[in-house]
Formats: sequence, structure tokens, C-alpha cells
Amino acid sequence: MQPLSDEPTPLLEARGLTFARNDEAIFGPLDFALHAGEVVLIEGDNGSGKTSLLKVLSGLLEPTTGEVLLNGTPLTLARLSHQVSLLGHLLGLKLELSALQNLRFAVGLGGIRPGITPQLALASVGLEGYEDQPLRSMSAGQKKRVALARLLLLPAGLWLLDEPYANLDRGGIELVNRLLDHHARRGGAALITSHGAYAYTSGTPRRIPLRAAA
Amino acid sequence: MKPGTTAAACSALLTRDLALVWRRRGDALNPLLFAVMVVALFPFALGPDQVMLERIAAGTIFVAVLLAMLLSLDALFRTDLEDGSLEQLVVSPHPLALLLACKIAIHWLTTALPLLLIAPLAAQLMHLPDVVLPVLLIALALATPLLSLIGAVCVALTVGMRRSGMLLTLLVLPLIVPALIFGAGACNAAQAGLPYVAPLLWLGAWLVLAVVLAPLAAAAALKISLT
Repeated sequence: MQPLSDEPTPLLEARGLTFARNDEAIFGPLDFALHAGEVVLIEGDNGSGKTSLLKVLSGLLEPTTGEVLLNGTPLTLARLSHQVSLLGHLLGLKLELSALQNLRFAVGLGGIRPGITPQLALASVGLEGYEDQPLRSMSAGQKKRVALARLLLLPAGLWLLDEPYANLDRGGIELVNRLLDHHARRGGAALITSHGAYAYTSGTPRRIPLRAAA
Repeated sequence: MKPGTTAAACSALLTRDLALVWRRRGDALNPLLFAVMVVALFPFALGPDQVMLERIAAGTIFVAVLLAMLLSLDALFRTDLEDGSLEQLVVSPHPLALLLACKIAIHWLTTALPLLLIAPLAAQLMHLPDVVLPVLLIALALATPLLSLIGAVCVALTVGMRRSGMLLTLLVLPLIVPALIFGAGACNAAQAGLPYVAPLLWLGAWLVLAVVLAPLAAAAALKISLT
């Protein structure tokens, strides 16, 4: 797992990463690297710190020790580039607004991948015809699909997905897998958390077991 | 505007928040009704004695407007925190302070501006002398953004807590008392025929200071609240 010196710089690298809340260790120490084209699963039981890890990696939380490198440069809270897309438990969508309004806001905030429009992204997550429907009237799975459409739109190379399969039907799970494959093939990378019963089916992804720190 | 630039991010945020206020326009009217009701109740409680109403008019309107603004303050970042939008703002590559400044601007535009617009009506209800009305409007125009800015810092500090309403009020009230003293003081001075420019200039100076510092402080406080 230790990257060789002649390998290209990993998209994401964690070195001796630990995180503690109120002096209580949540996870770590963790060392891993994520290269372009990789999909990696973070496995752990409930409460093993998966969500905290993703928050540390995206810069929302400061690690207690260790560092996070994005493309070889240290991640700081102050400055993030358009490199990371985060999909958390909270989707970050406004229920009062339509799917299209939500996506247009996301594009304004995070930029857009060339060759795609919000309409196309909605169509590719199976929400054609729902563009103008307020999210309040959508099901949990459909809201999740809108959040997945946001992943497609934003130009980030690194996806940090917290339980992306939650609330999705079988078709939705296949959709997430298809999106992940597509993302990996064009040189992106993704880190997915899962509580064991994972649904990523294409190939055998690398796994990082996460155990509560002793 | 190229998507993803900071200018595009600010305009997207302004558009989205305005659309949200429009969707919840019933809630947005709440502070306005509150202020009108408070001002309208004073003559009922104290009697329609024109001399006394004239004397307390400016102060009453000032207090009513500031309290009405407090009503809507708690919601400034709460919904964004609860639905995860705030995380997306923090993770975005733009300066958080600037994004928060946009949100504060929307708060002022949608709560304080309507209050400023009905202030002449409130002044009529309280028999405020016509010569004092411009001074009152200028003082309110300077004091209300000050409250939005100071309030935003306090909201950012308390938004992570479950029941922060009481704490927020306790934090904000002492901080806006100077704005109240100088704003209402300018009106009273104008009413008494005394020079009233100096307190307005003080308010302006504080406003300039707050415009620069408050978004930075709010951004730092929000990052603490998120952890």
C-alpha cells in the first residue's frame, strides 16, 4: 500500500491521520493513498468514524494529528480548489426549490464539467421530467438522485461519498455503480463509506477497514 | 459570468436565497407585521396625547424595528446548517466570509428594507414631526445593517446549539444598545433642534467597521460551529 517513488502523485493521500473529539480518539492512525481511476471503500461499523473521516478529508474538520495531501499539496481549511465533491448524509439541497434550481446553484458555486448541462445530468440519473418539481414533493431516493446529478455536474476529480447507497432502490444502486465506473474510467477517484453491506459490484475495490481507535 | 468563479458563486447564492425568501414570503412578512403592531399598540396603551407620543415616537420606532429584525435573525444560517447547504458552502473553493456577506446582505434586503419602507407610516402613527423623519430614516438605514452584521456573528456562534434562541438574544441585545442610543439620540437631538450629525457619523463609522470585520468573524465562528 506504500506508494512507490516512481508512481504518479496520488489524488488524495493521508499520512498518520488521527482524529479525536474531546480527547476521545475517533479513528486512526490512518495511512493511505488514492490514485486516479480508483474506487476505494471505507468499511466500518456504525460509530467507527467513517463520516468524521470524510469530513476530515474534505476539510470540514481539522485532523488531530497527521495531514491530508490533495494532489501532493497539504489541504487547508482556508483554501480548497475545485477538486473535491462531498456527498454527505445531509444532501445540501433546498426542499423549496426545484431540482433544476438546486443544480443551477451548485454549478454557480462549484463550476461545471465541460460538455454537460443540468438538464442532461438530471436525465442521466433518471429524473427526466422532474426538472421543475420542488424537492419537497420528491421521495428520499429521488432527492438522492438529484444530489448524484450534482456530482456529475461539478468538475471535481475526487468524490467523497458518505453512504451513497442509502435510500436507493436497486436501480439507484446500479446507477451509483455506473456513475462510479464512469468517473473512475475518465481519471477520477472516489472514496465511499459503507457499513459492511456494500453494494459496489464492479470488480473488487480496495477496502480500508476502519476500527474505533483503542 | 463563468460558473465556478467567485462572482458567479455570489450571484448564484443571492439568486437562490432570494428565491427561498420568495417561497417563504409569509415568514418574511412576520417582522414587518410585528413592528407595525408594536408601534400601533403604543398609542392605545398610553392614550392619544400628541405631545407625549411625539416625544417617544423616534425611540419607539427604533426599538420596534430592531426587535422585529431580531425575530428573523435566528433563521439566518439554521436552515442551511440543517440541510447540509452550509457544508457545501464551506467545502466550496470561495472565501466563506464573502459568501456569508451575501447571505447577510439578503437578510438586510428582505427584513430591514421593508421595515425602512413602512417607517414613514409608523412615524405618522406616532405623530413624529415631519422634520425628524429624514433623520430617523438615515439613522435606521445605518443601524439596521449594523444589526444584520453583528447579529450574523452571534448567530454563527450559536447555530450549532440546539436551542439557541434565548442565548442569541442575550448576546445580540447588549451589542446593539450603542446603535440604539446613537440612532434614537440623533432623532431626539433633531427634534430638540440640536445638532444631530455627529451620532449619525458614529453609526456610519461602526457600520464601515462591521462591513469589513463581521463577515470574517462570522466565517470563523461558523467553522467552529460545524465541528
